[in-house]
Amino acid sequence: MSVDKDMNVLIVDDYKTMLRIIKNLLGQLGFKNVDEATDGTMALELLKGKNYGLIISDWNMEPMTGLELLKTIRGSNDNCKSVPFIMITAESKTENVIAAREAGVNNYIVKPFNAETLKQKMTSVLGEF
Amino acid sequence: MPEKLDIDSLVQEGPFERDEVVRMIDSVVRKVSISGIDNEGAGIVSDIQELGQIIEQMRRDIGRSGVGDIKDKHIPTATDELDAVVGSTEDATGAIMDACEAIQGFVSESGGAVSDKIDAEVIKIFEACSFQDITGQRISKVVGTLKEIEAKVAVILDALGGAIPASSEGAGDATATDSEADLLNGPQMPGEGVSQSDVDKLLSDFD
Repeated sequence: MSVDKDMNVLIVDDYKTMLRIIKNLLGQLGFKNVDEATDGTMALELLKGKNYGLIISDWNMEPMTGLELLKTIRGSNDNCKSVPFIMITAESKTENVIAAREAGVNNYIVKPFNAETLKQKMTSVLGEF
Repeated sequence: MPEKLDIDSLVQEGPFERDEVVRMIDSVVRKVSISGIDNEGAGIVSDIQELGQIIEQMRRDIGRSGVGDIKDKHIPTATDELDAVVGSTEDATGAIMDACEAIQGFVSESGGAVSDKIDAEVIKIFEACSFQDITGQRISKVVGTLKEIEAKVAVILDALGGAIPASSEGAGDATATDSEADLLNGPQMPGEGVSQSDVDKLLSDFD
């Protein structure tokens, strides 16, 4: 089953430059329905109002971190509970990756990254597109 | 007999502010002087007086070293400069991405093999722009460290007493070379300095 490129994608980062970069790269990959949130709380609000096929989130945000966002999503009873979640972060220590995996992350990208890496990780989570 | 100093209780009361230590030393010297002392006692008094002088000298040395300026001037300036670095690189990155998006718009209209190549290169520029996020996070960590140092310096200064002389003592000795060096401050912070039009106006006033 092919990936529906019309799916809604939610990107979360407190750094607007990064949101813009990720949105542009997603656009290059054919994903045009991209919503942006600048922190975890805003992301949760958006998740209440729309179905998303993928969440791509930074880790280092305030007041709610990406890891807290992930745990909240995975611990909820909402439809978003099992939405694929990719963490994109500069936190590259082993313990970070383990913590994210244990919290239910689907993949993990270390900044700085390129379009090819993003595509690879999305493919591993969503399937070929 | 001179009044016996209760050292044990003093130790239990400590630590003391610098001014309190100086006051205690003065008090001991005064009491011993009034009561009269033998040779051994005179040696002790001399040692105590020397200790007092050392404390005062240390205080003056610390003042001359400009340690107060670390907290009041250098660290706040450094953190402001670093914040400005983040702000200006963010602006520059935004401008680069604006240009990239404009180029992407042009190539999507024209199409063809060359357009695809241009598009691929533009994506590389976008990828490279993520440096700004990384440097921003690194600079934030440095700012945090500087603020910790600032807090620790404040604790040291408090312990030494508030009356540390500022390093600007003797500023009148500044040479012409120092004055010229003072003119080299690097880029001004946003909102500081003057605009090009202000410069033009200022220069025209000399005509």
